[in-house]
Amino acid sequence: MTAGSTTVAVRAASTRASRGLWRDAFQRLLRNGPALVGLFCIAVFVVGAIFAPFIAPYDPVVGKIVDRMQPPSAAHLMGTDLLGRDEFSRVLYGARLSLQVGVIAVVFGLFFGVSIGAIAGGAGGKVDAVLMRITDVLLAVPGILLAIGIVAWLGRGQLQIMLAVGVSYAPIFARLLRGSLLALRESDFVIAARSMGASAPRILLRHMLPNALTPLIVQATLALATAIIDVAGLGFLGLGPGDPRIAEWGEMLTDSARFLQSAPYLIFFPGAAITISAIGFNLLGDGLRESLDPRLKR
Amino acid sequence: MLRYIVRRVLGAIPVLFGLSVILFAFVRLLPGDPAIAILGQHATPALIQQVHQSLGLDKPIYIQYIQYINGLLHGDFGYSIINGRSVLSDFAHRFPGTVELTIGALIVAVGIGIPLGRLAARHPNGWIDGTVTVISLFGISIPIFVLGYSLVFIFAVQLHWLPAAGQLDPRIDLTPHTNMVLIDAIIDGQPAAFVDGLRHLVLPAIALGSIPLAIITRITRASVIDVSNEDYVRTARAKGLSERRVNDRHIMRNAWLPVTTIIGLEVGGLLAGAVITETVFSWNGVGSWVVDAIQDHDYFVIQSSILIFAVIFLMVNLVVDIGYAYLNPRIRYG
Repeated sequence: MTAGSTTVAVRAASTRASRGLWRDAFQRLLRNGPALVGLFCIAVFVVGAIFAPFIAPYDPVVGKIVDRMQPPSAAHLMGTDLLGRDEFSRVLYGARLSLQVGVIAVVFGLFFGVSIGAIAGGAGGKVDAVLMRITDVLLAVPGILLAIGIVAWLGRGQLQIMLAVGVSYAPIFARLLRGSLLALRESDFVIAARSMGASAPRILLRHMLPNALTPLIVQATLALATAIIDVAGLGFLGLGPGDPRIAEWGEMLTDSARFLQSAPYLIFFPGAAITISAIGFNLLGDGLRESLDPRLKR
Repeated sequence: MLRYIVRRVLGAIPVLFGLSVILFAFVRLLPGDPAIAILGQHATPALIQQVHQSLGLDKPIYIQYIQYINGLLHGDFGYSIINGRSVLSDFAHRFPGTVELTIGALIVAVGIGIPLGRLAARHPNGWIDGTVTVISLFGISIPIFVLGYSLVFIFAVQLHWLPAAGQLDPRIDLTPHTNMVLIDAIIDGQPAAFVDGLRHLVLPAIALGSIPLAIITRITRASVIDVSNEDYVRTARAKGLSERRVNDRHIMRNAWLPVTTIIGLEVGGLLAGAVITETVFSWNGVGSWVVDAIQDHDYFVIQSSILIFAVIFLMVNLVVDIGYAYLNPRIRYG
């Protein structure tokens, strides 16, 4: 057998194995009740976010001042706020912002974290030591505080929030990936690839990374839950997008906090929206963890 | 053990150094001139020059950094540009409030989380376990401010059982010795003030403690189930030991390790969560102080408070790791 045919055989075997892993995991996920509930919560919000312009009965930004502070009714399902804006429409548009900012923040975090983690875990030695000290510095500041500092530094705005939340997650992803890569470095298939003369970047990208992705996918899903809460938290602290044309769940809560006694629904609906979407991503993340690693099954 | 402690303490120094560089750069790179922030838009160039000189901003950047570090090492964390007060003394004045809140939250989290986790582990996959799982799912998914306002709405606005905000009824006269209401009430011998302080603490402590409560419950449950399946537990039962003895001596002793680690890790999270909790409940601590500083663009306060937070966070983690190494020799010699 030639070296070429060995590679082909190995590749075929590995593709078969990896396809099997994902298909198995997906099958298990579909049998996982809580994960399906999570998927349903997420689906409701994704649909609400995407189709907000078609579903929302009113303009989320402009309200009629005569309609202000109305309790929930058939005309206004979730009532109206101080400026007479329809709360239901604002919650829908808020979903748009939260999901968009949350997803992009996690993507930012993955981008920075995976880059740092892959270089550190792949290169090892001094590079690894320096990069890990940098993540130590970032991890020394509790996540939301780091995000607060970054937004205070860069100024308010959607992009700044995404960056701030993303950067605060990056060290977690970096550590996680580095750990998996270190564990894989001495595994048989990596030694085999090395002995066949594969270049270091090729081994890292084609052999090690695909095998280190599972914990990263789970962590990223759980991070989406935290990202939605953190984005709302920044809005609550007065560090939201700061744009009156944008409805943001956290800012909606802050604006209505003083009406807790007279109009509790203005707190309840955006609060429930944040909580339910976070529950969705938490359930899906746990479900993914269980289905990708069957040993964890209860 | 001593070698381990020395190694960990030395390891924290480069982290603090890196953090000080980043925070220093953060304040110096900020758009806007601190002098204008202090003097206002209509300041004359001469006045701006004078403020630059007094803050040392006219010197080269590396001299500024050396002065900044020198100041930090001598306990000079800068001054608020809004009211001119020393950052360190303001921090020291407000920190006890945050400590009181954090301890309250930790008591809620540990006091409810561990029994809940043990209860769930006793009947895995039964309805009790299911209920506990749902509670902990809510705990990690509900933002502190949403839970905080919900608690205020139910227990303060509707039921009038507990106060909605603050640390003490303003009509109660209490001499601040430590700035922790409960301790001050004990020192002053005022039981009424103690009860009132406790009533004010309940809701914020539950709101802040909700996330660690959920996590501690999950970890306790998983850890107890794990240990219960070990061979030595089966052996203990086979020897005919009472269920109580198996639980206390064989299961819980081994199940404690992951639980103590997670409790330590959560203390850092509590400090961060205090920022939001204190805002919801108008609690006079460092969290609400940081938020005010952000809203006032009080850069030196933001810079120093984040640094102090990080130092405390590192110290807490260090103490936890040392405690963990003490409990688990495998780490000490690893």
